[in-house]
Amino acid sequence: MRLFVHQLRSEQLLFWRSREAAVFIFVFPLLLFVLLGSVYGGTIDGEPASSVLLVGMLGYGVANTAFAGLAISLVLRRESALLKRLRATPLPAATYLAAVLASTVIVFALQAVALFGLGRLFFDAELPSRPGSLVVALLLGVAAFAGLGFAATALLRSSEGASAALNVVLLPMAFLSGSFGPTRRYPEVLQALGDVLPLRYLIELLDAASLKGEAIWSRPGAVAVVAGWGLVGIAIAARRFRWEPREA
Amino acid sequence: MSAITVRDLRKSYGGSEALRGVSFDVGVGEVFGLLGPNGAGKTTTVEILEGYRRRDGGEVDVLGFDPAGGQAAYRERIGVVLQASQLWANLTVAETHRMFAGYYERPRDADEVVELVGLTEKRDARVKTLSGGQKRRLDLGLALIGNPELLFLDEPTTGFDPTARRAAWDAIRTLRSLGTTILLTTHYLDEAQQLADRVAVLRAGEIVGLGTPAELVGGSLGAEIRYRRDGEVVVLRTERPTEELHRLTGEALAGGRELDGLEVRRPTLEDVYLDLVAEEEVR
Ligand SMILES: Nc1ncnc2c1ncn2[C@@H]1O[C@H](COP(=O)(O)OP(=O)(O)OP(=O)(O)O)[C@@H](O)[C@H]1O
Ligand SMILES: [Mg+2]
Repeated sequence: MRLFVHQLRSEQLLFWRSREAAVFIFVFPLLLFVLLGSVYGGTIDGEPASSVLLVGMLGYGVANTAFAGLAISLVLRRESALLKRLRATPLPAATYLAAVLASTVIVFALQAVALFGLGRLFFDAELPSRPGSLVVALLLGVAAFAGLGFAATALLRSSEGASAALNVVLLPMAFLSGSFGPTRRYPEVLQALGDVLPLRYLIELLDAASLKGEAIWSRPGAVAVVAGWGLVGIAIAARRFRWEPREA
Repeated sequence: MSAITVRDLRKSYGGSEALRGVSFDVGVGEVFGLLGPNGAGKTTTVEILEGYRRRDGGEVDVLGFDPAGGQAAYRERIGVVLQASQLWANLTVAETHRMFAGYYERPRDADEVVELVGLTEKRDARVKTLSGGQKRRLDLGLALIGNPELLFLDEPTTGFDPTARRAAWDAIRTLRSLGTTILLTTHYLDEAQQLADRVAVLRAGEIVGLGTPAELVGGSLGAEIRYRRDGEVVVLRTERPTEELHRLTGEALAGGRELDGLEVRRPTLEDVYLDLVAEEEVR
Protein backbone atom coordinates (compact mmCIF):
# COMPACT_ATOMS: atom_id res chain seq x y z
CA MET A 1 0.00 0.00 0.00
CA ARG A 2 2.82 2.37 0.86
CA LEU A 3 4.43 1.52 -2.46
CA PHE A 4 1.14 2.02 -4.29
CA VAL A 5 0.62 5.48 -2.81
CA HIS A 6 4.24 6.40 -3.50
CA GLN A 7 3.97 5.29 -7.11
CA LEU A 8 0.61 6.99 -7.59
CA ARG A 9 2.09 10.28 -6.41
CA SER A 10 5.07 9.76 -8.69
CA GLU A 11 2.78 9.06 -11.64
CA GLN A 12 0.80 12.23 -10.99
CA LEU A 13 3.99 14.26 -10.75
CA LEU A 14 5.21 12.72 -14.01
CA PHE A 15 1.95 13.34 -15.82
CA TRP A 16 1.54 17.00 -14.95
CA ARG A 17 5.27 17.66 -15.35
CA SER A 18 5.21 16.43 -18.92
CA ARG A 19 3.67 19.25 -20.86
CA GLU A 20 2.99 17.22 -24.00
CA ALA A 21 1.01 14.62 -22.09
CA ALA A 22 -0.92 17.18 -20.11
CA VAL A 23 -1.86 19.13 -23.24
CA PHE A 24 -2.59 16.18 -25.49
CA ILE A 25 -4.51 14.14 -22.96
CA PHE A 26 -6.05 16.68 -20.63
CA VAL A 27 -6.51 19.95 -22.50
CA PHE A 28 -7.24 18.73 -26.02
CA PRO A 29 -10.65 17.11 -25.34
CA LEU A 30 -11.73 20.20 -23.39
CA LEU A 31 -10.77 22.39 -26.31
CA LEU A 32 -12.58 20.16 -28.75
CA PHE A 33 -15.70 20.29 -26.59
CA VAL A 34 -15.74 24.06 -26.50
CA LEU A 35 -15.17 24.24 -30.26
CA LEU A 36 -17.84 21.73 -31.19
CA GLY A 37 -20.21 23.15 -28.59
CA SER A 38 -20.03 26.57 -30.22
CA VAL A 39 -20.77 25.09 -33.65
CA TYR A 40 -23.71 22.85 -32.80
CA GLY A 41 -26.84 24.60 -31.60
CA GLY A 42 -30.42 23.64 -30.89
CA THR A 43 -31.40 20.10 -30.09
CA ILE A 44 -30.40 16.59 -31.17
CA ASP A 45 -33.10 13.94 -30.78
CA GLY A 46 -34.97 16.25 -28.50
CA GLU A 47 -32.00 16.81 -26.19
CA PRO A 48 -29.94 20.00 -26.06
CA ALA A 49 -27.06 19.62 -28.52
CA SER A 50 -24.50 20.66 -25.93
CA SER A 51 -25.59 17.91 -23.54
CA VAL A 52 -25.33 15.28 -26.27
CA LEU A 53 -21.88 16.57 -27.20
CA LEU A 54 -20.82 16.54 -23.59
CA VAL A 55 -21.68 12.84 -23.39
CA GLY A 56 -19.76 12.19 -26.62
CA MET A 57 -16.72 14.04 -25.33
CA LEU A 58 -16.78 12.12 -22.07
CA GLY A 59 -16.55 8.96 -24.13
CA TYR A 60 -13.77 10.42 -26.23
CA GLY A 61 -11.97 11.49 -23.07
CA VAL A 62 -12.07 7.95 -21.70
CA ALA A 63 -10.60 6.51 -24.89
CA ASN A 64 -8.07 9.30 -25.23
CA THR A 65 -6.82 9.07 -21.65
CA ALA A 66 -7.06 5.36 -20.86
CA PHE A 67 -6.33 3.96 -24.30
CA ALA A 68 -4.16 6.31 -26.37
CA GLY A 69 -2.49 8.28 -23.58
CA LEU A 70 -1.73 5.25 -21.47
CA ALA A 71 -0.35 3.26 -24.39
CA ILE A 72 1.85 6.08 -25.69
CA SER A 73 3.43 6.68 -22.33
CA LEU A 74 3.96 2.97 -21.63
CA VAL A 75 5.55 2.35 -25.03
CA LEU A 76 7.91 5.27 -24.50
CA ARG A 77 8.79 4.00 -21.05
CA ARG A 78 9.39 0.49 -22.29
CA GLU A 79 11.54 1.53 -25.25
CA SER A 80 13.71 3.83 -23.15
CA ALA A 81 14.32 0.89 -20.75
CA LEU A 82 12.59 2.76 -17.94
CA LEU A 83 10.26 -0.14 -17.27
CA LYS A 84 13.24 -2.45 -17.27
CA ARG A 85 15.03 -0.24 -14.76
CA LEU A 86 11.97 -0.21 -12.51
CA ARG A 87 11.86 -4.02 -12.58
CA ALA A 88 15.22 -4.03 -10.81
CA THR A 89 13.66 -2.24 -7.81
CA PRO A 90 11.47 -3.96 -5.20
CA LEU A 91 8.37 -2.29 -6.65
CA PRO A 92 6.09 -5.20 -7.65
CA ALA A 93 4.83 -5.23 -11.23
CA ALA A 94 1.19 -5.41 -10.15
CA THR A 95 1.60 -2.41 -7.82
CA TYR A 96 3.19 -0.44 -10.60
CA LEU A 97 0.44 -1.20 -13.11
CA ALA A 98 -2.26 -0.50 -10.50
CA ALA A 99 -0.71 2.89 -9.78
CA VAL A 100 -0.52 3.71 -13.48
CA LEU A 101 -4.19 2.81 -13.81
CA ALA A 102 -5.22 4.78 -10.72
CA SER A 103 -3.31 7.79 -11.99
CA THR A 104 -5.20 7.52 -15.28
CA VAL A 105 -8.50 7.45 -13.37
CA ILE A 106 -7.53 10.61 -11.48
CA VAL A 107 -6.60 12.45 -14.66
CA PHE A 108 -9.83 11.43 -16.31
CA ALA A 109 -11.96 12.28 -13.28
CA LEU A 110 -10.56 15.80 -13.30
CA GLN A 111 -11.23 16.01 -17.00
CA ALA A 112 -14.84 14.86 -16.56
CA VAL A 113 -15.39 17.50 -13.90
CA ALA A 114 -13.85 20.11 -16.17
CA LEU A 115 -16.09 19.03 -19.05
CA PHE A 116 -19.19 19.43 -16.91
CA GLY A 117 -17.89 22.76 -15.63
CA LEU A 118 -17.32 24.06 -19.15
CA GLY A 119 -20.69 22.68 -20.25
CA ARG A 120 -22.47 24.56 -17.48
CA LEU A 121 -20.49 27.70 -17.97
CA PHE A 122 -20.81 28.13 -21.73
CA PHE A 123 -23.65 25.99 -22.97
CA ASP A 124 -26.05 25.45 -20.11
CA ALA A 125 -25.55 21.72 -20.45
CA GLU A 126 -27.63 19.53 -18.16
CA LEU A 127 -26.21 17.73 -15.17
CA PRO A 128 -26.54 13.94 -15.32
CA SER A 129 -29.89 12.55 -14.25
CA ARG A 130 -28.35 9.33 -12.89
CA PRO A 131 -24.96 10.39 -11.51
CA GLY A 132 -24.32 7.03 -9.81
CA SER A 133 -24.81 5.08 -13.00
CA LEU A 134 -22.75 7.63 -14.90
CA VAL A 135 -19.79 7.17 -12.56
CA VAL A 136 -20.05 3.38 -12.79
CA ALA A 137 -20.23 3.56 -16.58
CA LEU A 138 -17.19 5.86 -16.70
CA LEU A 139 -15.18 3.56 -14.44
CA LEU A 140 -16.16 0.57 -16.55
CA GLY A 141 -15.08 2.53 -19.63
CA VAL A 142 -11.73 3.53 -18.13
CA ALA A 143 -11.05 -0.07 -17.09
CA ALA A 144 -12.00 -1.50 -20.48
CA PHE A 145 -10.06 1.08 -22.49
CA ALA A 146 -7.06 0.72 -20.20
CA GLY A 147 -7.17 -3.00 -20.97
CA LEU A 148 -7.09 -2.08 -24.66
CA GLY A 149 -4.32 0.41 -23.92
CA PHE A 150 -2.20 -2.30 -22.31
CA ALA A 151 -2.88 -4.49 -25.35
CA ALA A 152 -1.85 -1.70 -27.73
CA THR A 153 1.34 -1.21 -25.70
CA ALA A 154 2.11 -4.89 -26.07
CA LEU A 155 1.49 -4.83 -29.81
CA LEU A 156 3.38 -1.65 -30.68
CA ARG A 157 7.01 -2.35 -31.40
CA SER A 158 8.60 1.08 -31.38
CA SER A 159 8.06 4.48 -29.87
CA GLU A 160 8.43 6.30 -33.19
CA GLY A 161 5.13 5.33 -34.76
CA ALA A 162 3.22 4.79 -31.51
CA SER A 163 1.48 8.13 -31.25
CA ALA A 164 0.52 8.21 -34.93
CA ALA A 165 -0.73 4.62 -34.91
CA LEU A 166 -2.86 5.19 -31.82
CA ASN A 167 -4.43 8.32 -33.21
CA VAL A 168 -5.23 6.53 -36.45
CA VAL A 169 -7.28 4.15 -34.32
CA LEU A 170 -8.63 6.67 -31.83
CA LEU A 171 -9.94 9.48 -34.03
CA PRO A 172 -11.92 7.37 -36.53
CA MET A 173 -13.28 5.32 -33.63
CA ALA A 174 -14.45 8.47 -31.86
CA PHE A 175 -15.98 9.78 -35.08
CA LEU A 176 -17.80 6.51 -35.86
CA SER A 177 -19.00 6.13 -32.28
CA GLY A 178 -20.64 9.55 -32.10
CA SER A 179 -18.17 11.45 -29.96
CA PHE A 180 -18.25 14.45 -32.26
CA GLY A 181 -21.97 14.43 -33.03
CA PRO A 182 -24.76 11.95 -33.81
CA THR A 183 -24.01 9.18 -36.30
CA ARG A 184 -27.57 8.69 -37.50
CA ARG A 185 -26.98 10.40 -40.81
CA TYR A 186 -23.69 8.61 -41.56
CA PRO A 187 -23.70 6.16 -44.50
CA GLU A 188 -24.78 2.67 -43.47
CA VAL A 189 -21.31 1.15 -43.88
CA LEU A 190 -19.90 3.61 -41.39
CA GLN A 191 -22.75 3.02 -38.98
CA ALA A 192 -22.17 -0.72 -39.22
CA LEU A 193 -18.48 -0.20 -38.52
CA GLY A 194 -19.32 1.92 -35.51
CA ASP A 195 -21.65 -0.78 -34.23
CA VAL A 196 -18.79 -3.12 -33.41
CA LEU A 197 -16.67 -0.55 -31.57
CA PRO A 198 -16.60 -0.39 -27.77
CA LEU A 199 -16.78 3.40 -27.67
CA ARG A 200 -20.18 3.44 -29.33
CA TYR A 201 -21.57 1.29 -26.49
CA LEU A 202 -19.82 3.26 -23.81
CA ILE A 203 -21.37 6.43 -25.20
CA GLU A 204 -24.74 4.68 -25.21
CA LEU A 205 -24.35 3.93 -21.50
CA LEU A 206 -23.23 7.47 -20.73
CA ASP A 207 -26.13 8.86 -22.73
CA ALA A 208 -28.61 6.64 -20.91
CA ALA A 209 -27.34 7.61 -17.46
CA SER A 210 -26.79 11.25 -18.27
CA LEU A 211 -29.78 12.23 -20.37
CA LYS A 212 -32.37 9.49 -20.34
CA GLY A 213 -32.46 8.79 -16.64
CA GLU A 214 -31.80 5.10 -17.17
CA ALA A 215 -29.65 3.11 -14.81
CA ILE A 216 -26.65 1.23 -16.17
CA TRP A 217 -28.19 -2.19 -15.55
CA SER A 218 -31.02 -1.37 -17.93
CA ARG A 219 -28.51 -1.80 -20.78
CA PRO A 220 -26.79 -5.13 -20.11
CA GLY A 221 -25.96 -5.61 -23.79
CA ALA A 222 -23.90 -2.45 -23.98
CA VAL A 223 -22.19 -3.24 -20.67
CA ALA A 224 -21.29 -6.67 -22.02
CA VAL A 225 -19.77 -5.28 -25.23
CA VAL A 226 -17.62 -2.72 -23.37
CA ALA A 227 -16.49 -5.27 -20.78
CA GLY A 228 -15.87 -7.86 -23.50
CA TRP A 229 -13.53 -5.56 -25.42
CA GLY A 230 -11.72 -4.82 -22.18
CA LEU A 231 -11.26 -8.50 -21.46
CA VAL A 232 -9.94 -9.13 -24.95
CA GLY A 233 -7.44 -6.34 -24.36
CA ILE A 234 -6.34 -7.78 -21.03
CA ALA A 235 -5.96 -11.24 -22.56
CA ILE A 236 -3.71 -9.88 -25.32
CA ALA A 237 -1.70 -7.85 -22.83
CA ALA A 238 -1.27 -10.82 -20.49
CA ARG A 239 0.31 -12.80 -23.31
CA ARG A 240 2.31 -10.15 -25.09
CA PHE A 241 3.24 -7.42 -22.60
CA ARG A 242 7.00 -6.99 -22.20
CA TRP A 243 8.99 -4.92 -19.74
CA GLU A 244 12.11 -4.71 -21.87
CA PRO A 245 12.66 -2.68 -25.05
CA ARG A 246 11.45 -4.37 -28.22
CA GLU A 247 14.08 -2.64 -30.29
CA ALA A 248 17.53 -3.07 -28.79
CA MET B 1 31.64 -16.73 1.92
CA SER B 2 30.41 -16.10 -1.61
CA ALA B 3 27.94 -13.42 -2.56
CA ILE B 4 27.70 -14.85 -6.08
CA THR B 5 28.25 -18.41 -7.23
CA VAL B 6 27.99 -19.22 -10.93
CA ARG B 7 28.52 -22.76 -12.23
CA ASP B 8 28.57 -23.83 -15.86
CA LEU B 9 26.23 -21.03 -16.91
CA ARG B 10 24.83 -21.43 -20.42
CA LYS B 11 22.69 -19.19 -22.59
CA SER B 12 21.79 -19.24 -26.28
CA TYR B 13 19.96 -16.68 -28.38
CA GLY B 14 18.27 -18.47 -31.22
CA GLY B 15 20.96 -20.81 -32.44
CA SER B 16 24.02 -18.93 -31.24
CA GLU B 17 25.60 -19.61 -27.87
CA ALA B 18 26.29 -16.44 -25.94
CA LEU B 19 27.54 -18.22 -22.80
CA ARG B 20 29.22 -21.64 -23.04
CA GLY B 21 29.69 -22.82 -19.49
CA VAL B 22 30.82 -19.86 -17.38
CA SER B 23 31.85 -20.44 -13.75
CA PHE B 24 33.09 -18.00 -11.14
CA ASP B 25 32.57 -16.89 -7.55
CA VAL B 26 32.43 -13.41 -6.09
CA GLY B 27 33.21 -13.17 -2.39
CA VAL B 28 31.29 -10.97 0.01
CA GLY B 29 32.83 -7.50 -0.04
CA GLU B 30 34.80 -8.22 -3.19
CA VAL B 31 34.98 -6.03 -6.29
CA PHE B 32 34.87 -8.35 -9.27
CA GLY B 33 35.54 -7.13 -12.80
CA LEU B 34 34.11 -8.76 -15.89
CA LEU B 35 36.15 -7.95 -18.99
CA GLY B 36 35.88 -8.95 -22.60
CA PRO B 37 35.37 -7.59 -26.11
CA ASN B 38 32.00 -6.47 -27.51
CA GLY B 39 29.62 -9.40 -27.66
CA ALA B 40 31.67 -11.58 -25.29
CA GLY B 41 28.67 -12.13 -23.01
CA LYS B 42 29.25 -9.68 -20.15
CA THR B 43 25.81 -8.08 -20.22
CA THR B 44 24.18 -11.48 -20.71
CA THR B 45 25.93 -12.78 -17.58
CA VAL B 46 25.09 -9.72 -15.50
CA GLU B 47 21.45 -9.65 -16.59
CA ILE B 48 20.99 -13.31 -15.72
CA LEU B 49 22.31 -12.51 -12.24
CA GLU B 50 20.04 -9.47 -11.99
CA GLY B 51 17.04 -11.66 -12.82
CA TYR B 52 16.23 -10.14 -16.23
CA ARG B 53 17.15 -13.11 -18.38
CA ARG B 54 16.57 -16.83 -18.07
CA ARG B 55 19.53 -19.15 -18.22
CA ASP B 56 19.46 -22.25 -20.38
CA GLY B 57 21.68 -24.24 -18.06
CA GLY B 58 23.93 -24.11 -15.02
CA GLU B 59 23.59 -23.08 -11.41
CA VAL B 60 23.36 -19.54 -10.06
CA ASP B 61 23.21 -18.45 -6.44
CA VAL B 62 23.20 -14.78 -5.50
CA LEU B 63 22.88 -13.83 -1.82
CA GLY B 64 21.13 -17.14 -1.31
CA PHE B 65 18.57 -16.44 -4.04
CA ASP B 66 18.02 -17.82 -7.48
CA PRO B 67 17.59 -14.54 -9.37
CA ALA B 68 15.28 -16.23 -11.88
CA GLY B 69 12.66 -16.27 -9.11
CA GLY B 70 12.33 -12.49 -9.31
CA GLN B 71 11.52 -11.92 -5.62
CA ALA B 72 11.10 -8.40 -4.29
CA ALA B 73 13.19 -9.46 -1.26
CA TYR B 74 16.08 -10.09 -3.64
CA ARG B 75 15.68 -6.76 -5.42
CA GLU B 76 15.62 -5.03 -2.03
CA ARG B 77 19.24 -6.07 -1.61
CA ILE B 78 20.76 -5.33 -5.01
CA GLY B 79 21.53 -2.16 -6.95
CA VAL B 80 21.69 -2.02 -10.72
CA VAL B 81 23.27 0.18 -13.37
CA LEU B 82 22.07 -1.04 -16.76
CA GLN B 83 24.31 -0.71 -19.80
CA ALA B 84 21.68 1.50 -21.45
CA SER B 85 18.59 3.06 -19.95
CA GLN B 86 16.97 6.46 -19.71
CA LEU B 87 15.22 8.26 -16.90
CA TRP B 88 12.37 10.70 -16.53
CA ALA B 89 13.42 13.71 -18.59
CA ASN B 90 11.18 16.13 -16.72
CA LEU B 91 12.11 15.27 -13.15
CA THR B 92 15.04 16.84 -11.35
CA VAL B 93 18.02 14.91 -10.07
CA ALA B 94 16.78 15.16 -6.48
CA GLU B 95 13.20 14.18 -7.39
CA THR B 96 14.43 11.14 -9.28
CA HIS B 97 16.50 10.03 -6.31
CA ARG B 98 13.55 10.51 -3.95
CA MET B 99 11.26 8.59 -6.29
CA PHE B 100 13.59 5.60 -6.33
CA ALA B 101 14.28 5.87 -2.60
CA GLY B 102 10.57 5.27 -2.05
CA TYR B 103 10.84 1.78 -3.52
CA TYR B 104 13.12 0.51 -0.75
CA GLU B 105 12.55 -0.24 2.90
CA ARG B 106 15.80 1.24 4.18
CA PRO B 107 17.02 3.72 1.56
CA ARG B 108 20.05 5.93 1.85
CA ASP B 109 19.48 9.63 2.27
CA ALA B 110 18.87 11.11 -1.19
CA ASP B 111 21.04 14.20 -0.65
CA GLU B 112 23.90 12.05 0.57
CA VAL B 113 23.77 9.91 -2.57
CA VAL B 114 23.55 12.96 -4.84
CA GLU B 115 26.69 14.20 -3.14
CA LEU B 116 28.42 10.82 -3.36
CA VAL B 117 28.02 10.71 -7.16
CA GLY B 118 29.04 14.35 -7.53
CA LEU B 119 25.74 15.84 -8.67
CA THR B 120 25.17 18.29 -5.83
CA GLU B 121 25.37 21.27 -8.15
CA LYS B 122 22.80 19.68 -10.42
CA ARG B 123 20.40 18.48 -7.78
CA ASP B 124 17.58 20.78 -8.96
CA ALA B 125 18.33 20.47 -12.68
CA ARG B 126 15.93 18.58 -14.94
CA VAL B 127 17.31 15.24 -16.08
CA LYS B 128 16.96 16.27 -19.73
CA THR B 129 19.46 19.08 -19.22
CA LEU B 130 22.20 16.76 -17.92
CA SER B 131 25.20 15.80 -20.03
CA GLY B 132 25.77 12.18 -20.98
CA GLY B 133 28.27 11.60 -18.20
CA GLN B 134 26.06 13.33 -15.64
CA LYS B 135 23.16 11.07 -16.61
CA ARG B 136 25.42 8.09 -16.05
CA ARG B 137 26.26 9.41 -12.59
CA LEU B 138 22.55 9.66 -11.91
CA ASP B 139 22.25 5.98 -12.91
CA LEU B 140 24.96 5.20 -10.39
CA GLY B 141 23.21 7.23 -7.70
CA LEU B 142 19.95 5.37 -8.24
CA ALA B 143 21.77 2.06 -7.98
CA LEU B 144 23.04 3.15 -4.55
CA ILE B 145 19.84 4.65 -3.21
CA GLY B 146 18.44 1.40 -1.79
CA ASN B 147 21.59 0.82 0.25
CA PRO B 148 22.34 -2.48 -1.53
CA GLU B 149 24.66 -5.23 -0.36
CA LEU B 150 25.44 -6.11 -3.93
CA LEU B 151 25.90 -3.78 -6.87
CA PHE B 152 25.78 -4.72 -10.54
CA LEU B 153 27.47 -2.08 -12.66
CA ASP B 154 27.39 -2.67 -16.43
CA GLU B 155 29.93 -0.24 -17.88
CA PRO B 156 29.23 2.34 -15.18
CA THR B 157 31.81 4.91 -16.26
CA THR B 158 31.36 4.84 -20.03
CA GLY B 159 31.20 8.45 -21.16
CA PHE B 160 32.85 9.88 -18.04
CA ASP B 161 35.57 12.48 -18.36
CA PRO B 162 38.82 11.57 -16.59
CA THR B 163 37.97 13.63 -13.51
CA ALA B 164 34.52 12.12 -13.24
CA ARG B 165 35.95 8.66 -13.70
CA ARG B 166 38.35 9.18 -10.81
CA ALA B 167 35.46 10.48 -8.71
CA ALA B 168 33.42 7.39 -9.58
CA TRP B 169 36.36 5.19 -8.65
CA ASP B 170 36.53 6.93 -5.29
CA ALA B 171 32.79 6.37 -4.81
CA ILE B 172 33.20 2.68 -5.64
CA ARG B 173 36.15 2.37 -3.27
CA THR B 174 34.09 4.05 -0.55
CA LEU B 175 31.29 1.54 -1.13
CA ARG B 176 33.77 -1.30 -1.03
CA SER B 177 35.13 -0.06 2.27
CA LEU B 178 31.55 -0.10 3.57
CA GLY B 179 31.39 -3.77 2.68
CA THR B 180 29.39 -3.62 -0.56
CA THR B 181 30.03 -6.43 -3.02
CA ILE B 182 30.41 -5.14 -6.56
CA LEU B 183 30.27 -6.88 -9.92
CA LEU B 184 31.29 -4.50 -12.68
CA THR B 185 31.92 -4.78 -16.36
CA THR B 186 34.20 -2.37 -18.14
CA HIS B 187 36.19 -1.82 -21.29
CA TYR B 188 38.74 0.26 -19.39
CA LEU B 189 41.55 -1.97 -18.29
CA ASP B 190 43.00 0.68 -16.00
CA GLU B 191 39.63 0.83 -14.29
CA ALA B 192 39.69 -2.92 -13.70
CA GLN B 193 43.25 -2.71 -12.46
CA GLN B 194 42.41 0.16 -10.12
CA LEU B 195 39.17 -1.19 -8.70
CA ALA B 196 38.86 -4.93 -9.06
CA ASP B 197 40.11 -7.39 -6.48
CA ARG B 198 39.74 -10.06 -9.14
CA VAL B 199 38.80 -10.06 -12.80
CA ALA B 200 37.46 -12.58 -15.27
CA VAL B 201 38.13 -12.18 -18.98
CA LEU B 202 35.31 -13.44 -21.18
CA ARG B 203 35.82 -14.30 -24.81
CA ALA B 204 32.96 -15.56 -26.97
CA GLY B 205 31.05 -16.84 -23.96
CA GLU B 206 33.94 -18.54 -22.21
CA ILE B 207 36.23 -17.44 -19.40
CA VAL B 208 39.79 -17.31 -20.69
CA GLY B 209 41.41 -15.64 -17.70
CA LEU B 210 40.52 -15.42 -14.03
CA GLY B 211 42.44 -14.03 -11.08
CA THR B 212 43.69 -10.90 -9.40
CA PRO B 213 45.10 -8.34 -11.83
CA ALA B 214 48.56 -9.05 -10.36
CA GLU B 215 48.18 -12.78 -10.94
CA LEU B 216 47.07 -12.27 -14.51
CA VAL B 217 49.94 -9.92 -15.22
CA GLY B 218 52.47 -11.96 -13.25
CA GLY B 219 51.52 -15.23 -14.84
CA SER B 220 52.65 -14.14 -18.26
CA LEU B 221 55.34 -12.88 -20.54
CA GLY B 222 57.89 -11.37 -18.13
CA ALA B 223 58.74 -7.93 -19.46
CA GLU B 224 58.76 -5.85 -22.55
CA ILE B 225 61.77 -3.93 -23.90
CA ARG B 226 61.35 -1.22 -26.52
CA TYR B 227 63.84 0.95 -28.34
CA ARG B 228 64.24 2.57 -31.72
CA ARG B 229 66.63 1.42 -34.41
CA ASP B 230 66.87 3.45 -37.60
CA GLY B 231 63.68 5.24 -36.62
CA GLU B 232 61.71 1.99 -36.18
CA VAL B 233 60.38 0.79 -32.86
CA VAL B 234 61.68 -2.61 -31.83
CA VAL B 235 59.67 -4.54 -29.23
CA LEU B 236 61.15 -7.51 -27.41
CA ARG B 237 59.14 -9.65 -25.06
CA THR B 238 61.22 -11.71 -22.74
CA GLU B 239 61.00 -13.90 -19.69
CA ARG B 240 64.57 -12.81 -18.80
CA PRO B 241 64.73 -9.05 -19.02
CA THR B 242 68.06 -8.71 -17.17
CA GLU B 243 69.93 -10.95 -19.56
CA GLU B 244 68.32 -9.50 -22.65
CA LEU B 245 68.97 -5.94 -21.55
CA HIS B 246 72.60 -6.74 -20.77
CA ARG B 247 73.04 -8.16 -24.27
CA LEU B 248 71.38 -5.16 -25.92
CA THR B 249 73.27 -2.49 -24.03
CA GLY B 250 76.51 -4.43 -24.51
CA GLU B 251 76.07 -4.48 -28.26
CA ALA B 252 75.13 -0.81 -28.34
CA LEU B 253 78.16 0.21 -26.28
CA ALA B 254 80.49 -1.90 -28.41
CA GLY B 255 79.08 -0.30 -31.55
CA GLY B 256 79.18 3.20 -30.02
CA ARG B 257 75.46 3.58 -30.59
CA GLU B 258 72.72 5.01 -28.41
CA LEU B 259 69.54 2.92 -27.77
CA ASP B 260 67.05 5.63 -28.63
CA GLY B 261 63.83 5.64 -26.65
CA LEU B 262 64.87 2.71 -24.49
CA GLU B 263 62.06 1.49 -22.25
CA VAL B 264 61.67 -1.55 -20.04
CA ARG B 265 58.26 -2.23 -18.63
CA ARG B 266 56.20 -4.87 -17.02
CA PRO B 267 53.18 -5.77 -19.11
CA THR B 268 50.01 -4.07 -17.97
CA LEU B 269 46.67 -5.75 -17.55
CA GLU B 270 45.88 -4.32 -20.96
CA ASP B 271 48.72 -6.25 -22.62
CA VAL B 272 47.63 -9.47 -20.96
CA TYR B 273 44.02 -8.81 -21.88
CA LEU B 274 44.84 -8.17 -25.52
CA ASP B 275 46.84 -11.39 -25.56
CA LEU B 276 43.98 -13.37 -24.03
CA VAL B 277 41.31 -12.12 -26.38
CA ALA B 278 43.56 -12.23 -29.45
CA GLU B 279 44.03 -15.99 -29.23
CA GLU B 280 40.56 -16.24 -30.67
CA GLU B 281 41.76 -15.49 -34.16
CA VAL B 282 44.50 -18.10 -33.92
CA ARG B 283 42.08 -20.90 -33.17
N1 LIG C 1 18.48 -10.11 -26.65
C1 LIG C 1 19.36 -10.71 -27.48
N2 LIG C 1 18.92 -11.39 -28.55
C2 LIG C 1 19.79 -12.01 -29.39
N3 LIG C 1 21.11 -12.01 -29.22
C3 LIG C 1 21.61 -11.35 -28.18
C4 LIG C 1 20.75 -10.66 -27.25
N4 LIG C 1 21.53 -10.09 -26.31
C5 LIG C 1 22.80 -10.40 -26.62
N5 LIG C 1 22.85 -11.15 -27.74
C6 LIG C 1 24.08 -11.70 -28.35
O1 LIG C 1 24.80 -12.39 -27.36
C7 LIG C 1 26.19 -12.09 -27.43
C8 LIG C 1 26.66 -11.50 -26.11
O2 LIG C 1 26.08 -10.22 -25.91
P1 LIG C 1 26.30 -9.34 -24.63
O3 LIG C 1 25.40 -8.18 -24.71
O4 LIG C 1 26.21 -10.20 -23.43
O5 LIG C 1 27.81 -8.89 -24.85
P2 LIG C 1 28.70 -7.86 -24.00
O6 LIG C 1 29.91 -8.63 -23.57
O7 LIG C 1 27.92 -7.21 -22.96
O8 LIG C 1 29.14 -6.84 -25.11
P3 LIG C 1 29.39 -5.23 -25.04
O9 LIG C 1 30.77 -5.04 -24.58
O10 LIG C 1 29.24 -4.80 -26.45
O11 LIG C 1 28.37 -4.64 -24.15
C9 LIG C 1 26.35 -11.15 -28.62
O12 LIG C 1 26.74 -11.91 -29.72
C10 LIG C 1 24.97 -10.58 -28.82
O13 LIG C 1 24.76 -10.29 -30.19
MG1 LIG D 1 27.36 -5.29 -22.57
